[in-house]
Amino acid sequence: MTKKRTGVFVCHCGNNIAATVDVKKVAEAMSNEENVVASEDYVYMCSDPGQNAVIQSIKENNLDSVVISCCSPNLHEKTFRDNAKRAGLNSFTCEIANIREQCAWVHKDKAVATEKAIKISRSAVRRAGRDQALVPIAVPVTRKVLVIGGGIAGIQAALDIANAGLKVILVEKLATIGGHMLQLSETFPTLDCSQCILSPKMVDVSRHENIELMTYSEVMEVNGSVGNFQVKIKKKPTYVDPELCKICDDCAAVCPVVVPNEHDLGLTARRAIHIPFAQAIPASYTLDENACLGLNPVRCGKCKDACDVGAINYDMLPKTITEEVGAIVVATGYDLYAQEHMNELGGGQIDDVLDGLQFERLCSASGATKGQVLRPSDRTIPKDVVFIQCVGSRDPANHCAYCSKICCMYTAKHASLYKHHVPDGRAYVFYIDIRSGGKGYEEFVQRIMEEDEAIYLRGRVSKLYRKDGKVRVLGTDTLTGQNVEIDADMVVLALAMEPSKGTADIAKTLKIGRDKDGFLAEAHPKLKPVESVTAGIFLAGCAQGPKDIPETVSQASAAAAKVIGLLSQPTLSHAPTVAKVRNSHCTGCEMCVTACPYNAISLENGKALVNEVLCEGCGSCSATCVRSAIEVKNTTGLQIQDMIEACLA
Amino acid sequence: MSEQQAETTTDYEPRIVAFLCKWCSSAGSDLAGVSRIQYPANATPITVPCTGSISPNYILSALKKGADGVLVSGCHIGDCHYIEGNFLARRKIHLVKELLGFVGVEQDRFRMSWVSAAEGAKYSQVIKDFVDDLRPLGPQTKVKADRS
Repeated sequence: MTKKRTGVFVCHCGNNIAATVDVKKVAEAMSNEENVVASEDYVYMCSDPGQNAVIQSIKENNLDSVVISCCSPNLHEKTFRDNAKRAGLNSFTCEIANIREQCAWVHKDKAVATEKAIKISRSAVRRAGRDQALVPIAVPVTRKVLVIGGGIAGIQAALDIANAGLKVILVEKLATIGGHMLQLSETFPTLDCSQCILSPKMVDVSRHENIELMTYSEVMEVNGSVGNFQVKIKKKPTYVDPELCKICDDCAAVCPVVVPNEHDLGLTARRAIHIPFAQAIPASYTLDENACLGLNPVRCGKCKDACDVGAINYDMLPKTITEEVGAIVVATGYDLYAQEHMNELGGGQIDDVLDGLQFERLCSASGATKGQVLRPSDRTIPKDVVFIQCVGSRDPANHCAYCSKICCMYTAKHASLYKHHVPDGRAYVFYIDIRSGGKGYEEFVQRIMEEDEAIYLRGRVSKLYRKDGKVRVLGTDTLTGQNVEIDADMVVLALAMEPSKGTADIAKTLKIGRDKDGFLAEAHPKLKPVESVTAGIFLAGCAQGPKDIPETVSQASAAAAKVIGLLSQPTLSHAPTVAKVRNSHCTGCEMCVTACPYNAISLENGKALVNEVLCEGCGSCSATCVRSAIEVKNTTGLQIQDMIEACLA
Repeated sequence: MSEQQAETTTDYEPRIVAFLCKWCSSAGSDLAGVSRIQYPANATPITVPCTGSISPNYILSALKKGADGVLVSGCHIGDCHYIEGNFLARRKIHLVKELLGFVGVEQDRFRMSWVSAAEGAKYSQVIKDFVDDLRPLGPQTKVKADRS
């Protein structure tokens, strides 16, 4: 093999690296390495002059490979590979040595950190020493998109993508789209009616020629990669044909089963056969098979008899369909942190202690009390209502460490809605502090305090208990330093937001990461806020972290823009770092065939053959092969051995 | 503790080769960096696509080339980016431990951990613990090729 001509470029990253790593020393040490013909350092390698310096050095020194010692490859590998390409190099002969996240930022002793930075850089130089020039593999693109979750995030993303002319499959777990936004009464800070602004979008989804809506469905399996994912979607039986259903309510009128209504969070009841709410999309009833007296054998059958149009079919079966899509948007939303976790606040066992969403259903004109604020226990008008913020949020010792971001605003809205419904009532708000960043938000909170005369008390509530038909609230006002006791008719808890129940499962199915709180992890907190770490899978809405409606809509549109950009390319390139077989060494033992998780290897004329489009380059095959006959390009056994040596030299 | 042992624990800095999978543990170590969580500099990372790609040969080779300890860290079981690579790794890694014991190398010199991209603090703890556990063992000379 001809000797490589490698250039090493060590970045100061301002003081980020230079403060703990002696970059000059690293550059000097690298210049003594075999293969290295140029070794330089610069204050910001990723800046325009920095990148130009690399290009110039490549040309002047006739380099065939480069190593950039800088930040994590997750950040700038692409930047520097593109730059190398601009200078006429093959981008796969550019390697990154991560001396910032894995070194400078985690060590204090300069001598020790410099030594480690030299090892990391040397290891990358050795790897580059055996790097081959590779050409990306062109793969066709499926111009169809899967959107998971039919809340406002999923709806917005689906509409934006569909309007750009791409086909969309929108999958929703429940029987209607709309998500939590549908449960809201009004939205802050403008007090728009939530349903009034959401319903038209829901109708648009149902009528859009490019959107295929799959409600009551779940994504079971996802295979493939960017541009060509194969997804299996299971559609649960609703036992009602939506084409025939006239939503006349005759079926529900005869149904003998009464269960809590999820849409009203248990404040009202529904029948086993029901429509989630009057304006549901699709406009059809659903028979809840878990609540029904029995379908196999049919134990009641009243609804079918009552249906004049014959829309009910007890023999409907679950359907699994397989679709090919080019990109996926995950918008699986949030759930409220369960009251059961809050033992000091009654753990969900005290009457008239509600969560925020239940209070929305009390205020909503279509809600549990048809828009009258009545306390659930005796249906009287509550005169003293206590709102408690940060319930479960900002409590790293016991509950969620993070701020749920929207509770300050919606509590102010709740206090305002309550005062509009019950002008002579008193609204108390317990808060830690008010976080009202956003257009018109601070003004809104001030208005609620001044015009609606909500009483804001800075402090936490220590205990709630039932006393004489009321809820006794024990708290502290830290501004006056006094303990506060309030006999409240009703208490509303602003519970933390947490990832919706299926988030862990969908993350597993999609092979995308979650953060420490269980929300879906973005590829970069600042520069890639809507991308997951897996190419072709994008995030939108509260599944990624707590956020309000405007932010959710912006993120959904951003995800849509990313999808449209991705799928507007004629072909996508598949990383060429795939497995390669050395036929002279292969004995056809089939160990690699079994080890490959992608079924990318087959046996052809007694030798292993790799399907390069299916291969993801994981290397499971190479570690299984006892004769080193199969290896991943640019991560070969010899390269790893050289790197080990570099780490220990 | 004898005097000789006390000496080795203070003077000796274990050299560790840490094989990290690209998707979880390497990203986890990046998070430790972004969060500025300090840990000892004894481990030099080598990022590989997947723990499933790590041949037992690499581990033995690292020991032969003078490593005092070898770490393999990947995605949590069930969370592998490549579906099942870490299952393959787990099975092989068990055999490597057995083999090390068989040839008379302390099994504690080799360690496997599961560190996700969200677990920066855990990564730093894994390194700290490994370094602490390697110190009492002293330098590894059993399979090191050059014993000078």
